[in-house]
Amino acid sequence: MDPHALAEGLSPGMTLADARARLPELRAEHYEPDADATLMGRLLDDFGRFTPMAALDAPHGLILDVTGCSHLFGGELALGQAVRARTTRLGLTARLALAGTPQSARALCRFGSGGLFSADSARRAIRALPVAALEIPDRDTQALKRAGLKTIGEVDDRPRASLAARFGAVLPTRLDRLLELEDARITPHRPAAPITSDRVLLEPITEDSHVETVLGDLLVEVCALLERSGLGARMLRLRLFRVDDGVRWLEARSARATRDPVKIARLFKERMAAEGEALDPGFGFDHLRLEVVRSEPLAAEQTAFDQQPSRSKALGDLTDRLAAKLGEGSVLRIEAVDSHLPERATRWRPTSQAINTDKASSTAGPTPVRPLRIFEPPQPIEAIALAPDSPPARFRWRRVDHRVVSSEGPERIEGEWWRRRERVRDYYRVEDAEGRRFWVFRAGRFGEEPPPRWYLHGLFP
Amino acid sequence: MQNIERDILEVRNLVKGFAGPKASVCPEVFETGVTELDAHLGGGLRREAVHEVFAADTGQSQAADGFALGLALRSQPKSLVWVMQAKAFSEAGMPYGPGVEDWGLETSSLVLVTVRDTAHLLSAGEEALASGAADAVLLNGWGDGPAFTLTASRRLAMAAARGRSTGFFVRAAARPTPSAAETRWRVRAAPSTPQEAQAPGLSALAVELLRTRSGAPSGEWTVEWDREARTFAAPSAPRGLVSLSTDRAKGAGQTGRRAA
Repeated sequence: MDPHALAEGLSPGMTLADARARLPELRAEHYEPDADATLMGRLLDDFGRFTPMAALDAPHGLILDVTGCSHLFGGELALGQAVRARTTRLGLTARLALAGTPQSARALCRFGSGGLFSADSARRAIRALPVAALEIPDRDTQALKRAGLKTIGEVDDRPRASLAARFGAVLPTRLDRLLELEDARITPHRPAAPITSDRVLLEPITEDSHVETVLGDLLVEVCALLERSGLGARMLRLRLFRVDDGVRWLEARSARATRDPVKIARLFKERMAAEGEALDPGFGFDHLRLEVVRSEPLAAEQTAFDQQPSRSKALGDLTDRLAAKLGEGSVLRIEAVDSHLPERATRWRPTSQAINTDKASSTAGPTPVRPLRIFEPPQPIEAIALAPDSPPARFRWRRVDHRVVSSEGPERIEGEWWRRRERVRDYYRVEDAEGRRFWVFRAGRFGEEPPPRWYLHGLFP
Repeated sequence: MQNIERDILEVRNLVKGFAGPKASVCPEVFETGVTELDAHLGGGLRREAVHEVFAADTGQSQAADGFALGLALRSQPKSLVWVMQAKAFSEAGMPYGPGVEDWGLETSSLVLVTVRDTAHLLSAGEEALASGAADAVLLNGWGDGPAFTLTASRRLAMAAARGRSTGFFVRAAARPTPSAAETRWRVRAAPSTPQEAQAPGLSALAVELLRTRSGAPSGEWTVEWDREARTFAAPSAPRGLVSLSTDRAKGAGQTGRRAA
């Protein structure tokens, strides 16, 4: 609900039909609590710029404890303006209140009109707020109203003991907190400290072997930190600061979380070898920093005394090393895709990415044999068929003529209807006079414009 | 510290000795499935060694692939690493998941590594063999190159022995050069036994044994790959009514596992 809508007389809780009736040009968006929560989380992190003591204040609120921070922004007023400017830039509407305790600020913001309050003015403003600001159960609020107590001030004027007798101890406590007689602190959200380790060197280093030595020290520290927080690294970055202000960096990724310094050191070594001259130290590096970019929880692991490390773990380590050496797109696994088009039935994905291991759903029983290798895209061939819908009698591929002696087909595969311009294909498995087996297809039907074309799609052993 | 490590190693070896059955689970050789051929090789092909498979000519690379992949499957690997040179897939296509599965390999146990050139092919192959992570390593090279030296092949053989895995080195568009490979084959496609209605039958391959380190004489055989039994076999007599065109390796009871 934005300010314009409120100005037109709409209010939260109204049915959409009623709102539409009043305001036909109304634009409605779906309510997405998860997306909202994510946004609030990011805001919370972002507002760490104003104070280290920030917390979420549900619903859709933030509480910042700015004790001792406001002078950094040039006073409370300027701090308020800075916060407002920040929210406006993010495209949000905010109502701010600054008061002595978190509870009073919350009440002034949610039930009043916000603003900056000194101790006296806050007390006055709060006393004028409706009893709903106590945020006690609806039943109790109703009871207070029925007793003629409409504002906080009126409740405050009653003796506390009788209020406690009627509504329980909660009400006086709430009241005291609102009126800044009691101060309850917030529980600030603390973002996890990044896991990094630094080395500032007295003498700049240029040799790879020296870099490796320093990296080894850093790794031991970082892995100890990881172990303490029960994490394993998926991605690490080594920043190398050059004497002349340039920064070089190397990244190592692991398909599974790890905190084994030897393994990570090997990954970095592969990266350094692959980088070669590009990792130009110039006059040398005088500062190295290793940081964990991505981590995952990793349980402590105990290898049995008589057991060799498992082969699957060894395979994971091998693919990580090869990916570090050859590039991430070079080490691949097959992922099944739900598509009936042969070339989209599976695809190769880097081992570092999680893949969908489910077999594609099935409908139609066993399929004819598929070739061991396919060409992507299919290769155009010149083919001669005896009849418009018969297999090719001979074809020419890569400047070589092939005479077909036996063939099987057609297997008709329609294009995916949601993609335009895909023609129907008739696949044939053909064998030439020398015994070579091919997978060819005719795209398009006889009599269509443009005329059907022949392609070679794959090779059978 | 060193002493402790050595002690641990000793105890490990001791325990391994007790565990014992490793030798029987993992015999020295694996059979191709063709009785005549296995007898000729003295039981079969050696594990923990490298076998070279040459394509008879440029257009026969898929036959060499099929034979090497078949041999790899005969060694019953739990995991297979397939290292392929960029040139090999631009010339002969990318390995195709359903096709590889049709040939008999569980694709979940397959890792494909693509490399730019022969130097990377050899180093990645050596790394994969020596790591002990994969039971079988398939290398796909394309063309001759100065990198394919006797030393390089020896390094591969030693890596295979160290990592206790078996290597299959497919060379297309290449001439045999001296190497330390255990066996060397030359493969071309052979006309298959046609089925009913002139449909192509099981994949037939003409394989020629060029040399072995054990000294077995060379020879030539025609073999068929039986997807269903995951074995090579002597060519079958023309078959009648049964159509082998469908994917029978999946078994009759498990129809409908893949999208058509």
